[in-house]
Amino acid sequence: MNSKTKLIYGILVLIALLMPFQDFVYLVFAMKVLCFALFACAFNLLLGFTGLLSFGHAAFFGTSAYITAYFCKEMGLSPEFGIALGVLGSAALGLLIGSLAIRRQGIYFAMVTLALSQMVYFLAVQLPFTGGEDGIQGVPRGMLFGFIDLKNDVSMYYFVLAVFLIGFALILRTVHSPFGQVLKAIRENEPRAISLGYDVDRFKLISFVISAALAGLAGSLKTLVFQLATLTDVHWHMSGEVVLMTLLGGMGTILGPVVGAGIVVGLQNYLANIGSWSTIATGFIFVICVLAFRRGVVGEISHFFKSKN
Amino acid sequence: MFELLGITPQGLVAQLLVGLINGSFYAILSLGLAIIFGLLNIINFSHGAQYTMGAFVAWIGLTQVGQWFGFPEFSINYWFALILVPLVMAGFGLILERTMLRRLYHLDHLYGLLLTFGLALIIEGMFRHWYGISGESYPAPEILQGAIPLESIGIILPKYRLWVVVASLVVCFSTWYVIERTKLGAYLRAGTENPKLLQAFGINVPLMISLAYAYGVALAGFAGVLAAPIFQVNPLMGSNLIIVVFAVVVIGGMGSIMGSILTGLALGLIEGLTKVFYPEASGVVIFVIMAIVLLIRPAGLFGREK
Amino acid sequence: MKLKQITACLVAATIFGSNPAFAQASKTSGDVIKIGVLTDLSSTYSDLAGPGAVIAAKMAIADFSKDGTVLGKKIELLSADHQNKADIAANKAREWYDKDGVDVIVELVSTNVALAVMEVAEQKNKITLVSGAASLPITNEKCTANNVHWTYDTYALSNGTGKAVVKQGKKNWYFITADYAFGAALEKDATNVVTANGGKVLGTSKHPFPNSDFSSYLLKAQASGADVVALANAGQDTINSVKQASEFGINKKQTVVPLLMFISDVHSLGLNAAQGMYLTEGFYWDKDDKTRAFSKRFILQHKRMPTSVQAGVYSSVLAYLTAVQKAGTDDTQAVMKALKSTNIDDGLFKGKIRADGKFEHDMYLLEVKKPSDSKSPWDYYNVRAVIPAAEATQPLSLSRCKLVTNK
Repeated sequence: MNSKTKLIYGILVLIALLMPFQDFVYLVFAMKVLCFALFACAFNLLLGFTGLLSFGHAAFFGTSAYITAYFCKEMGLSPEFGIALGVLGSAALGLLIGSLAIRRQGIYFAMVTLALSQMVYFLAVQLPFTGGEDGIQGVPRGMLFGFIDLKNDVSMYYFVLAVFLIGFALILRTVHSPFGQVLKAIRENEPRAISLGYDVDRFKLISFVISAALAGLAGSLKTLVFQLATLTDVHWHMSGEVVLMTLLGGMGTILGPVVGAGIVVGLQNYLANIGSWSTIATGFIFVICVLAFRRGVVGEISHFFKSKN
Repeated sequence: MFELLGITPQGLVAQLLVGLINGSFYAILSLGLAIIFGLLNIINFSHGAQYTMGAFVAWIGLTQVGQWFGFPEFSINYWFALILVPLVMAGFGLILERTMLRRLYHLDHLYGLLLTFGLALIIEGMFRHWYGISGESYPAPEILQGAIPLESIGIILPKYRLWVVVASLVVCFSTWYVIERTKLGAYLRAGTENPKLLQAFGINVPLMISLAYAYGVALAGFAGVLAAPIFQVNPLMGSNLIIVVFAVVVIGGMGSIMGSILTGLALGLIEGLTKVFYPEASGVVIFVIMAIVLLIRPAGLFGREK
Repeated sequence: MKLKQITACLVAATIFGSNPAFAQASKTSGDVIKIGVLTDLSSTYSDLAGPGAVIAAKMAIADFSKDGTVLGKKIELLSADHQNKADIAANKAREWYDKDGVDVIVELVSTNVALAVMEVAEQKNKITLVSGAASLPITNEKCTANNVHWTYDTYALSNGTGKAVVKQGKKNWYFITADYAFGAALEKDATNVVTANGGKVLGTSKHPFPNSDFSSYLLKAQASGADVVALANAGQDTINSVKQASEFGINKKQTVVPLLMFISDVHSLGLNAAQGMYLTEGFYWDKDDKTRAFSKRFILQHKRMPTSVQAGVYSSVLAYLTAVQKAGTDDTQAVMKALKSTNIDDGLFKGKIRADGKFEHDMYLLEVKKPSDSKSPWDYYNVRAVIPAAEATQPLSLSRCKLVTNK
């Protein structure tokens, strides 16, 4: 990373660290942004860096949410185990869905992910342990590692921040590694990557599973922050939202999804009281982004700076 | 009479008939989408919203338009609506295509999808804002009210639903005929495969594409008018249907008009059967089928691999 | 690597953060009494609750005190849309209680929403007054000490409509049920009533929630030959079921019974489709002079007559403010004590709040009028019977609420 980027990251981390010491931004809202930022970053790994559009990412977010909720509430596990099980569940589901979907490309790939995630939704509605429309409520935040009480919003916030940074760092490493370079090659020109001798399907699958696991991590975190897992987490609108966040922030950029998540979550919060305007505004953002703002916020900014040089 | 798994043969036929009615809606909607998606490769995620819009325009024509212009007695009845609404929707589609979709052809399909998804949200949000969510009533035209007793299968079939089946079959098959069997259709199909070559022959390809998109949207509007007397006219009519209709087109095979029509009808029948034996799954059965088809025969049942 | 150092700092901070002294100061309401209306402003139930509920709350505040104060403190009203989603509702409730110092949240249509918010309220020692949601667990398995269930529940619906219809001699029932917790609960309670009164359930069909086409379920109901086709669903689903039942001529030989229907639904359906139906509600605008007086004021602001849920919001907010006055404080436990010890008679509802949080009051068995009998807009119902509070409410002895069973 060059020094300018390091500076930007440094400033952002500093701001994040100081969150609990101000009254302007509600801490739970900040946690929500972090969870969705992680979700969007995970999704972007697949879309922006591997070139695969998945329409069913909510399946991973939600499955992990339900698993964590169930084990923390009904089985009384402490949060770190609940999260670990959730992530494992999402990764396994990612392996299953990924290996089926990878057989196809482009829009067909997207359609397969959609179909399979709809089946996950169906299971979420029908299975008794998920609680149907009620979801799993009253999930205890528990004691992290046995001694850190997460009921305190400040502790919970720092924990979420820590996990987010770890996940973000993982994605950063993946993208800048040789593995990541191959992914980019696949995104740019798959036939050429194949002709160079790479087992393209294996790379795609690994990328898919990492993306699914991190999306699951975001889901588990969200469950502990809000102490609920509901059908919203597995609904196809959730899959659409993460696409929006990534698009708005900037596909193929590292910080884009974070910014996108911040804007979308912020807008939803702000517009929640104005009824249908939330839907209309979201629609407008989609339209404007696609027509005039394709690189997304971060993409446009870095393009602006690059063209200046 | 004997019973098969808790239902008599007459009962089964009745359910299949009802399924066929739903299938007709799927057929018309997927026909419009098949033209747009299959032939033009535009991922029109606003198809459901355009269907909803068609129903609302019909309802507005019936109940509101008169008041707007100071003639409270004036209203556009169902039969006029059947013709006017598709025309209005075609105009709307034309504007959409010319101002927005056209700019995206050179880009990845993803952008067309996102744009139309955003449009769908805007359309639905606006109708929700203006008219609330409980939905509005739209009465069936006098001639089609009432029902026909079908003694042999022991049910009373509303005349209007029978009309829906007839109307959609007529529209579907005439569209299919035009596209697959006439010169105009041949131009359309050629234009999507090799636009430059066709342009060289002197055919105005962009205009043709615009008109084809407009026609697809008109079909969505037509389906909306057909649906208005059966379902309440409400802003969420289309959003529940959109991914199902996409699934139908994908199963039928992109680019295959007949594939979409037949798959739409078949889905109606399969859903009807599922509702009898395992109703909870009626919403997900289409996706199970889609997953299977995509994995075994990716081009769809009737499609050609591009 | 830099990141490792950051992570280490964070872990340290997390441990530090466990010190309650660092907790973000939760604002007390101080000199303001804040009431939050959390409802469905834009979706399936927005007509039966929604903006009308907010208006009802405003009217209650204005009626309570001309200058908008109680105990010298100003009364403030907030409102938000939960879109029938438990997660949105829980988050909003949490934010309201934590950050904005809201004292009480009212309305809460949709059982999943109500349960989620009740849970948050219990954690934060704040009050919830549920008007729109219906299921029994609200005052049974999931009851909390800080909650009142105001307007109606599935027990009342089953015992009202269900009992009345069975007593007419319509013994054989077929259910069309929304496949989620509320539908299942309503079907269960209604089945109990039917069998207890000598009736029989011939079959049931579960439909996806939400659903638009009921033809196959209606045909199954028809094929069963039952006297009654009972609809264990609500809102848009009920409207569609009724409409389609009429189309298929089901109501020629069988009676269609919507177990839950509001006046806003009847308005949407039109009397042609809804005529002759029985339903149970806790409030009807045209019942007597007092309800008419309230409703005429209401319709000036909302352009529609109040539904029972909206009337329930008015009543619950008024009762809350009265209780605060009586208790002399806004402290949750004191106010709850005052609420449960007062007789409520505000012209819309009359009754008392029980230990399990249930507001026990009369319900009304209503019949939808024929179009020719309706003399003015919204003149939709004949009041067929008054169901006394004791009959309309689950006996306290059968309650599974932890507050009364001492578990």
